[in-house]
Amino acid sequence: MNPYRRSLFVKVMTFLVYFFLYAPIIVLITYSFNASRTNIVFAGFITQFGPLQMSGTTVVQSPCGPFHWFCELAKNREVMNAARNTLTIAFTSTISATVIGTMAALALQRYNFRLKAFSELSLYIPIVIPEIVMGIGILTLFSQLFTFFNNVLNLTGSARLGMGLATVIVSHITFSIPFVTMVVRARLQGFDKSFEEAAMDLGANELVTFWRVTLPMLMPGVLSGALMAFTLSLDDFVITFFTNGPGSTTLPIYVFGLLRKIITPQVNALSTVWILVVFTVVLALQWLQGRESRSQKAWK
Amino acid sequence: MPDFAVELRDVVKTFPTPEGGYVNAVDHVDMQIKNGEFFSLLGSSGCGKTTTLRMIAGFEWPTSGEVYIGDQGQGRKPPFQRPVNTVFQSYALFQHMTVFQNVAFGLEMEKTSNEEIKSRVGKVLEMVKLNGMERRSPRQLSGGQQQRVALARALVKLPTVLLLDEPLGALDLKLRKEMQLELKSLQREVGITFIFVTHDQEEALTMSDRIAVMSLGKVMQFGAPVEIYERPNCKFVADFIGETNFLEGVVQSSGDGTVRVQVPRVNSTLTGVARQEYKVGDPVVLSIRPEKIRLVETPQLNQNCFEVIVRNAAYIGSDTRLEVDLNGVKLKVWEQNHISTLDPRAYHQGTQTAWVSIMPENILVLPGE
Repeated sequence: MNPYRRSLFVKVMTFLVYFFLYAPIIVLITYSFNASRTNIVFAGFITQFGPLQMSGTTVVQSPCGPFHWFCELAKNREVMNAARNTLTIAFTSTISATVIGTMAALALQRYNFRLKAFSELSLYIPIVIPEIVMGIGILTLFSQLFTFFNNVLNLTGSARLGMGLATVIVSHITFSIPFVTMVVRARLQGFDKSFEEAAMDLGANELVTFWRVTLPMLMPGVLSGALMAFTLSLDDFVITFFTNGPGSTTLPIYVFGLLRKIITPQVNALSTVWILVVFTVVLALQWLQGRESRSQKAWK
Repeated sequence: MPDFAVELRDVVKTFPTPEGGYVNAVDHVDMQIKNGEFFSLLGSSGCGKTTTLRMIAGFEWPTSGEVYIGDQGQGRKPPFQRPVNTVFQSYALFQHMTVFQNVAFGLEMEKTSNEEIKSRVGKVLEMVKLNGMERRSPRQLSGGQQQRVALARALVKLPTVLLLDEPLGALDLKLRKEMQLELKSLQREVGITFIFVTHDQEEALTMSDRIAVMSLGKVMQFGAPVEIYERPNCKFVADFIGETNFLEGVVQSSGDGTVRVQVPRVNSTLTGVARQEYKVGDPVVLSIRPEKIRLVETPQLNQNCFEVIVRNAAYIGSDTRLEVDLNGVKLKVWEQNHISTLDPRAYHQGTQTAWVSIMPENILVLPGE
């Protein structure tokens, strides 16, 4: 038995790490059941259905009982719009970034071309530069482009190009690609080219080999890359802040907006739902990566 | 029916080196492999044997020269258009498919009907003794079983030539010996030409009808196992296959198929046999296999008999391996222990004086450098 395992220091450190990781989340979730219109103080759990005496003197109808704030949330059209935008952006950008990122990984792994080292380095730049720098950069680029095209094509009124869902999606694709490429390349490192040679030897041409052998064998890498891109897109604030426009508000942007007004337990309810979604996605990611490392062991 | 299953005509394969130069991995190789033959490419790593195999399979294209399969020049045909199949060193089984799907893959590519795929896969799995394993994943199989799946997957396509790239390399010794015999009998059964790449000389000797010994991209010798071992044509082959003693000398006289060679280092003349003609004064190397030297207590009356001192003796069970000193030259001598006894006097010990006697046909005269 390892002597350090029983040490008090290790126990305290472990407790502190988990405390600071999970205490805020637990508080946040608890407040989403708060029997108060604000979430400054905890006024106890909502326990009854029907008319509800909030702290202070207000009486509200609560047909959902303890889940009052979740029902309010569901009725909130702004939140639902923001949720729809967030998911639309996340799915579109994930699919595009996964396809592009995987292709980039394959190209970098297989071929030698001019400026390869430069391409690789520049591909990973979005991972290291501050998000706010990239956000400002993308904003500047788009506004310059839009001004140029609006003037050249003489666009007026609603035809004028401007920030919106499309610009957010493009920016999300941009910052997701390097993450996908990185994960897929890691998978490719352990990929023996004899699998593809075997397929061709057995009569499969390049295309069939890719679909029947290469892609299925890379799938765990591609999927964990996609999940990474998905979670990144779901909770991105900084870049989205710079690239969104009217009608393309996402959940993080919406919540930030609410915080400047009054904070109702609706925000907590929203966060609870959100945490559940992201948590599920992350668990799936972990499971996939675990499976990937197990199957890589089996290759050796 | 064409004369040869595979023919290589003046094939060269050049690869760039990391230093920016070029190297001929395969250097002007001519090769003819007969139909139904078990043919081995034998050599140490980097000798060009795998590159040669990959050029037949179509994974590499010759820089110059031409590979013929049957009487068809292959040019730059991709692997999926060649009537050959490969068993890879790593097996390269598709991990995301079952055993059945792995074996069926090649037939699917030929658009074979489902019923035919089923019956042919069933038959070939039976042949490699894997029936009942159809639905397993390759990961659930042992190394030997995976090897059989790889074999079945290639054989099910009924190729005209089966290429095997060190297929037994990953197996443990006992299993490897078993598979050697199995592969050989399988080859006789199906009658397909096998081209087998290996660095293991014993494996090549056990299985092959014919062997090509390769070094630095060139074929040093073609021949049946007996020929390669008993009558190597050069110092490299004699050294590479089995163990041997070399003595350098100069031809003194020749005739009647024997050559008399003056060996200055031992200060005497030995008589041996040669595969080629030598002139008086030619520098030569004598190759004498350690198991073909007899150690006796009294001088014999034949031509090659010399007094020696036994320096070292190692008893290894079947043999006693001795090192003897012949006028200052060390020779390896292996004596078979063909009488079972505990009497130490029956075995040679160190620092004894004895006589070595070598029949002329056991001394090979090879060209000197």
